[in-house]
Parts: sequence; structure tokens; C-alpha cells
Amino acid sequence: MTATMQPKSEAAEAPRRGKRTPGTGENTRPRRGPMQFGHWWWALPGIALVFAIHYVATGIGGFFAFTNWTGIGSFKITGWANFEAIFKDPTKLGALSNTLFLAFGSVLLGNIAGLVIALGLNRVLKTRYILRTLFFMPVVLSPLATAYIWKYIFDFDGPLNAFLTAIGAGDQAKPWLADPQWAIWTVLVVLVWSSTGFAMVIFMAGLAGVPVDVEEAAAIDGANLWQRFRNVTLPAIRPAVAIATTLGIVQGLRVFDPIMALTGGGPAGATETLATLVYKQAFALGNFGGGAALALVLAAIILIFAVLQQRLTRSNPED
Amino acid sequence: MFRYTKLTLLREVGLWALALLFLAPFYFLVTTALKPDNELFTTSALAPPTSPDFSNFVDVLTATGNSNVVMGLVNSAIITAGSIVGLIALGSITGYVISRSTRRWSKGAYYLFLIAIILPGQLGAVPLYMGARALGLTGSAWGLIILYTGMLLPLSIFLYANFFRGLGTDYEEAATIDGASKSQIFSKVVFPMMAPATGTVTIFAGLIVWNDFFTSLIFLGGSANQTLPVAMYYYIGSLVSQWNSIFAIVIVSMIPILALFLFAQKRFIQGFSGGLKG
Repeated sequence: MTATMQPKSEAAEAPRRGKRTPGTGENTRPRRGPMQFGHWWWALPGIALVFAIHYVATGIGGFFAFTNWTGIGSFKITGWANFEAIFKDPTKLGALSNTLFLAFGSVLLGNIAGLVIALGLNRVLKTRYILRTLFFMPVVLSPLATAYIWKYIFDFDGPLNAFLTAIGAGDQAKPWLADPQWAIWTVLVVLVWSSTGFAMVIFMAGLAGVPVDVEEAAAIDGANLWQRFRNVTLPAIRPAVAIATTLGIVQGLRVFDPIMALTGGGPAGATETLATLVYKQAFALGNFGGGAALALVLAAIILIFAVLQQRLTRSNPED
Repeated sequence: MFRYTKLTLLREVGLWALALLFLAPFYFLVTTALKPDNELFTTSALAPPTSPDFSNFVDVLTATGNSNVVMGLVNSAIITAGSIVGLIALGSITGYVISRSTRRWSKGAYYLFLIAIILPGQLGAVPLYMGARALGLTGSAWGLIILYTGMLLPLSIFLYANFFRGLGTDYEEAATIDGASKSQIFSKVVFPMMAPATGTVTIFAGLIVWNDFFTSLIFLGGSANQTLPVAMYYYIGSLVSQWNSIFAIVIVSMIPILALFLFAQKRFIQGFSGGLKG
């Protein structure tokens, strides 16, 4: 595990990633037959646990997506009825678009903010490590705790409105979290605030791998700041971009805790996401079949975007 | 070439201004938690308390606040520690075997774990709940330790496996020649060498388990063994706009993780930036 990256070699290796042989000793000495380390059955408890908790449980949940099960008692297999219901119900479609809006909005803004801060902290700054720690702090907080702090900030008697009043914009004060227009933006602010530090750290690690002499050479050749960023820095941190955005999208699509604490999905479903809807359908409303169908849709979206994102950012077309 | 110039100073000052703005929520958190009840609605939300006092913290941590915060702290600590132990034990050995084995199934197992990392948990939550109830594991710390271990195991295995791939087999070969058994090699030679991976797993698992709300809400909700986030959620639900008490409990819940972070921040940040690439 190294802190520096070697983006060039990683990109060059990418096409044949599938053929990675363990051990580096083979090149230097003649092979003495396969040397086995550990017993294969040592892996069994781990595989069994993961299989049971991730695959069996998910599989059973996926099966119930095609039933009208309520969580107890008997059920009938209803085929695609649950899915048809999802795509006919405007609240569920609303939750779908909220989920996509929050996931992409938070990834875009969080990564831009993280990249700007990382570029700002890159090289020669005296206090860069203190600043890095400060910007990273929100990442370690629990989403629940973070949401409570922001809930107060956006409260009608809270600091944001007090600030607006103090600067003479008191007419702009509103109950942010209860306003159907603004509620989703407050959620977005909270998500960006808590993910910026994470993106920053990944970008800083990526930037540390950009060779100083290449940057210097570009500067001497008269490349301006933007050209240097566009042609030297950005290609080199491409793997960092891939990681930060993929993880951000996977996280963003599943967002649950902050919404439950901030708005509970309200007002009138304005901040409802697929994850909160799954919870409400399956655990609160006793419509487990419908909740499972929603969860399956969510799972499919997450997988599609995770794969797509990897493809888009990993493959390295000539810029 | 990249020397400290006036422009750099400007950049430094600008970033400090940004950092202070960015951390403004912490200012509100602390100042509000220190306000006594009568100041909560009389002073501006922006102003610090005129006579700060710690009575909110005392209320929250003692029976007067009628909260389960202390209980939650203890439970969260037990469950987090237990899950970390489980994840290190199972993750290291599984990651070791699948990265050292050259057989075909090990590649399949690797992808099995990789896909499990991105599967959303909600789909399996109800079947898991019913399974745990049938086994008598709901409402107990043990049940949650097993559950968290299983849930985060793919991440742990993935981190360990990536670490082993970058590690040559020379030490293991030498130990084999010296006559060490396979389990001796693992426990005496390999395990001590992967301290960095163990550190990363500890940090991730500690952070995720300590902060998790959804799983413990479902599996421990209503029981006496609540974790801190669940205790906090229920307690705050009963305090409508008592922001000073709410923030006292929020601060209490944050202190352990923030203290750990500030103490080991380099490890944290390295874990996040190094451990997750791969």
C-alpha cells in the first residue's frame, strides 16, 4: 500500500489486468514448482459468511420483489406487478429522480470542491497538513450527527436565517427544511460538506504522484496554469478521479441516514430517495414485496453506474 | 522553481479563510451546546453564550436527562471492538488465501467479494432480520458483531488481498525452508508484516461501525442494547427544539471518533487515500 501513485504504469497495465500472477520472485529465479502458502480451506469461513449475509439474503430479498409479501404470513408470486407499480407511481418516480439528483449533484460538487482544495494545498504551503486535517474532519463524523448540526443551521430560528437577517436580507429567511423548493438543496449541501474532504484526500494522493519536473518543464515552456492543469495534472490524476467519483456515486445513490435525520423524506416527499422509500415500504408500511422491488431497482442502478463510471474513467482515450 | 512566494502566502491565507467557513458548523455546535436553556431563545443563533455552562452535558450523561447515552457508549464500544477483531481475523486469513492461491476459484472468490462491496444492503435487510430473529440474535451485541463482520468482510478481504498482491513471497519461502508450518508462517511471519493493512481495516471498520445507524436501528431497535446512534436518535426525537441538549449529545457521540482521528490522522488519511485505490 503506497501513498504515491504511478498512473502511467497503471494505465499501461490496464488492458491486461486480468492476468496478474501473485509473487514477484519468479522472474529472478527458476521456478521450483508451485509453492502453496496456506490451506485453501482457511478461506471457507469468510466465504461462507459473505455468501450468507450478502448473496443469500440479497437473493431472498430479490425473490420477494416478485411477490406481494407483507413481511409476515403467506404471499403470492405477482410477477412484475411491483415494478409496474413503481413506474406508475409519481412519488416513486420522484424519489428516483431525487436519488439521481443527489448522487450526481453531490459527486460533481464534492469532487470539484475537493479538487480545488487539493490543488490549493498542493506543494510549498507551510500549513498544508493542518489544513488537510481540518478539511477532512467532517468525513469521520457520523452522518446522523452531521445531519443534526445542519438541521439546526437550516432551522427557522437557526444561524442561517440569523445571518441573513444580520446582513439585511431578512426577507430571504425561510424554513429551509420545510420548503418543498429548497429542502433538497439543503440535503445536497450536507452531502457535499461531508464528502469534500474525502475527495480532497484522494486527489492529494493523486497529485503527489505528478512528477515535479514535468510540471516545471511545462511551466518553463510557457504553459499557463490552466494548460498545465489540463495537459499535465489531469491526465496524471485520472485514476484518482475514477476512484473518487465511483465511490461517491455508490455512496450517493444509497444515501439514507442524513435524510432520515434532516427531513425524514419530507416535505411531501420532496427529499424522498429510493433508500428511504425502501425503508418506509418494507419496515413501516409492511409492504415488503414493494420495498424489495424498489431495493432491486436501486441495486441495479448502483451496479450500472458503478460499472459505467469505471469504464468511462479507467479507459484512457487520447485527450 | 516552486518556491514560497507572495502568491503562495495569498493562497495560504485564502485557504485558511475557506477552512474557517467550512468548519463554521462546529462553531454553532459548540456554542449552542454551551448555552443554558434561557439563552437558547433569547440570544442570536450566531452569538456565543454569555454565560457558558456544561449543565447540558451533565444532563445528557446522567439520569436527569433520562437518556441511554452512557449505555449506548458502552454498547457501541463493545460492538465496534468485536467487529474489528472479527474483521481482522477473518479478513486477513481469507485475503491471504485468495491472493496467494493460484487456483481458478480464488479469482472467482475475489470477484464474489468485490461485487458484495457495492451491493446495497437494504435488499437483504428483511431476510437478514428474520434469520437473525430465528437464531435469537436480534437485540444482542453478539448478533450485531456477527452481522457487521459479515457486512464489512468483503471490504476487509479486498484491502488485505490488495496488500498481499504487492508483497513478495520471499519471506514465506524462507520460512518454509526453515521448516515452519503453514499456520506458523501465517501467524508469525505474514500477519505481523501486514500491520499497515490491519491499520486501514481497523480505521474503516471502526469508523463505519461506530457511526452506523441503519443496521443497529433495525436489529437493536427497542432493545436495551442500543448503540449510541440509536440512543441518540430516540433521545433527540423526544427533544423537539432543545438544540442545546441535542448538541450536547451530538458532541458526546463525536468525541471518541474525533479524538481518534486527531490522534491518528495521518493513518486515517493514508487509509482513505491509499487503501481505497486498487
